[in-house]
Amino acid sequence: MSQDFKRQIKKAIEDPNLTGALGRFSEAYALSRAKAYEGIDFQALRQQIAAIKGDAAGKLEELAEEFTRQATAKGAHGFRTSQPEEVRAYILNLAAEKGLKRVVKSKSMASEEIHLNQALIQAGLEVKETDLGEWIIQLAGQRPSHMVMPAIHLTKEEVAEIFSKEVKERLAGDIPRLVKVARRELRQKFLEADIGISGANIAVAQTGTLVIITNEGNARLVTSLPRVHVAIVGLEKLIERFEDIAPILTALPKSATSQLLTSYVTMITGPVPNTDGTPKDLHIILLDNHRTEMAADPVFKQALQCIRCASCLNVCPVFRLVGGHVFGDVYTGGIGTVLTAWFDQLKKTEDIQGLCIGCGNCKEVCPACIDIPELIMELRRRLDKKTPRTLSQKAAYAVVNNRRLFHGLLRAASLASKPLAKDGFIRHLPQFLGGDLASFRSLPAIAAEPLRDLLPRLRQPQGRQKALFYAGCLIDFAYPGVGQAVVEVLNKAGIEVAFPQGQTCCGAPARYAGAVEVAAKNARDNIEALLETPADYVVSACPTCTVALKEAFGQDLEAQGLGDWLPRARELAAKTWDFSSLVRRLVDEGRLALPAALGLEPCTYHDSCHLKRSLGVQEEPRQLLIQAGYPLREMFESDMCCGMGGSYALKFPEIAQPMLERKLHNIAGSGAGTVALDCPGCLMQIQGGLDKQGSPLKVRHTAELLAQALGGLK
Amino acid sequence: MDYELFKAKAEGVSAEVHRLPGRAAALAFILDFLKANGVADSPGAFALWAPCPFLAGLDQAELARQVPGLSFDVTREKAAQTLVGINQVTWGLANTGTIAGDATAIEGRLVSTLPWIHLAILPTAGLLPDLPALIERVDPAAMAYLALVTGPSRTADIERVLTIGVHGPERLVIVCVDDLEEVNR
Repeated sequence: MSQDFKRQIKKAIEDPNLTGALGRFSEAYALSRAKAYEGIDFQALRQQIAAIKGDAAGKLEELAEEFTRQATAKGAHGFRTSQPEEVRAYILNLAAEKGLKRVVKSKSMASEEIHLNQALIQAGLEVKETDLGEWIIQLAGQRPSHMVMPAIHLTKEEVAEIFSKEVKERLAGDIPRLVKVARRELRQKFLEADIGISGANIAVAQTGTLVIITNEGNARLVTSLPRVHVAIVGLEKLIERFEDIAPILTALPKSATSQLLTSYVTMITGPVPNTDGTPKDLHIILLDNHRTEMAADPVFKQALQCIRCASCLNVCPVFRLVGGHVFGDVYTGGIGTVLTAWFDQLKKTEDIQGLCIGCGNCKEVCPACIDIPELIMELRRRLDKKTPRTLSQKAAYAVVNNRRLFHGLLRAASLASKPLAKDGFIRHLPQFLGGDLASFRSLPAIAAEPLRDLLPRLRQPQGRQKALFYAGCLIDFAYPGVGQAVVEVLNKAGIEVAFPQGQTCCGAPARYAGAVEVAAKNARDNIEALLETPADYVVSACPTCTVALKEAFGQDLEAQGLGDWLPRARELAAKTWDFSSLVRRLVDEGRLALPAALGLEPCTYHDSCHLKRSLGVQEEPRQLLIQAGYPLREMFESDMCCGMGGSYALKFPEIAQPMLERKLHNIAGSGAGTVALDCPGCLMQIQGGLDKQGSPLKVRHTAELLAQALGGLK
Repeated sequence: MDYELFKAKAEGVSAEVHRLPGRAAALAFILDFLKANGVADSPGAFALWAPCPFLAGLDQAELARQVPGLSFDVTREKAAQTLVGINQVTWGLANTGTIAGDATAIEGRLVSTLPWIHLAILPTAGLLPDLPALIERVDPAAMAYLALVTGPSRTADIERVLTIGVHGPERLVIVCVDDLEEVNR
């Protein structure tokens, strides 16, 4: 990672205007979006959109031809190119040929993508962006920090400053007044302009129709007042049929700005009359710029389903801290990273792809069903293949693929860290051990005795059924107490728990860094260890491990061409349970009595990313806690990532820290004395943060709280 | 009937909605509206009425006499100096409070984009439940410029503060007319 990138992150996070504006917006957005979608079956709608856009992405060539045929039959000029420079040349030629000098533009990401403005201005044309946000950005000489709200990072005072210079009068930060100034200035430009340039939100192949939406009404003026209209349309805007417009237009305004419908929707099919009665000189440029290559890629094709609502930015816990100037390029955020890799180059995403913490918020709200975190993972895999691994990466992967060595080192670390640990925490690390790692949160001390040694000695009643406990590194070596609690609870349901000694790291660190072959080796070792002993269940108290066992092992093995392992991977997946889901089932089946204990302290529940969004489990632990007698006090944003993200907190402590602080603030705001959760990673992050703050609040795994309620753990 | 929903949704996005039984009542309402909102025969205060079915058979000269500043000859210069622009639309979408119509003729576009106030005449019979119903009904081949308008022009580009009236009208006044076929006078 470049030092410059680190500096940019630091600068963004330390900018209170930026983080304040983005933070407040993302909080408000979650509520207003939900309201806009009231009464609508979002899942059905997005399936429909994914089908329409997915189908279109599969036949871009055919649709582009049909669109051009229809539009030209109506009298438009059609031009199609894969080269950005040809778009610029086309417009410059047109301007030169017809003596056009003054350009007004409505918002077009495609024109940003090809850096059109610079080219036109260099050639001596006057170019005015007319979307208010874009105009501000243009005057400020910046690039948009958000795909829908380009100037969200600027305060009204900063805008007043920018406008004051332009109109040569002293303006204050009075928003309605600033908007009036923009209207007055740009109205004149509209009336004088020779050429209007727009993008399009949708292009319908069968009818040659362009659909353009704006709230300000600037696209109506851009397409009505100048005698020439040039529309620059990325190929991914094509859809086949006119009726396909409806679902997209139903979702886009709701997802983008929480509106039922954008103020102005314009559908243009061929040239319309100008104000002098002549027909519009309409030019439609279809831009490829690697889109057909993308469509031919089996993994990345789905990114062409994007309808550019930017809801993925609005729910991203990282984007709301750093904004689009850091997280993205022309296109911003997670989807922007993916688009940059194709429309620009893969190498350009080397740094920014690392910003995705993989929480999955974006995937949940995407109206086109794009699995953005998975696409970013694929970027990582491809970058990993292209970039030589560093010596320390190679060493780490070698260790994690050798269980005996790995566990030997963890045991040695337990001894080595003893002098640094107090009450189970490491609060400061000497610089040579990576002092930063414990700077904003304490680290758990490595347990004196790992669960793998401890569990076989536990006295368990003979059960009717058998479960294998898959611990994962954190529970095994840092939180063996969580494992003990799992055993106690399952014992009460008549299930005996064993610990297969051959189990090792689930492979998550390598997997989420793109090192698939390393993760696949972990998958094989674990499959062998866990299928060796016959058992009814394999249970894990770590959602990330559960996802590995249930889903990722199979995917990694398949990706590595190890198809012969798949039947065993599936056998393991089928009997793997996360702790709360299994216990919920045992209670439902009447095999585990969970009487409400009296006098338990209220708790609040933190949803872990992998549990809620990868495994779809959120109600089960809550129901169990309530049934066991814990009054539940919900916190604000209970499902927002705590900033742990596996090794993310090590890579980006400056981002993980404010994420954790926000989480701690919300936990405290719930009024509960205990925060319950189902993930040892979140446990480590949140407990470490609370300890560093000196907070009396407690953090407990759901297993520990249930064991306590059942009269086990004290 | 979708009218109540339409009215609620349109008002929810800051449009003003009125309902009148017939053409005569609607005409009286519009003329009163123009007078009450300061339409006058001076640049910036004009009213400009684009050709539309509502005007069929009406004596435009007489109307212009009743409201000084009102005219029917739409040019871009005139529209740029206009306070109230009037046109007619064909459909209303109840669940979003949207008005929609064929805006291929430049006159209708000029009077609905440049003035501060846009007054749109909507036959109540043109109310449809939603956007899909409209998409089903229109034929883009027969309509080069289909315009949907939901509330006045708005922006939230500065600090996300909703501000009305950026490039387009600051007020959208929708006059629903139940019986547009009613013979005038």
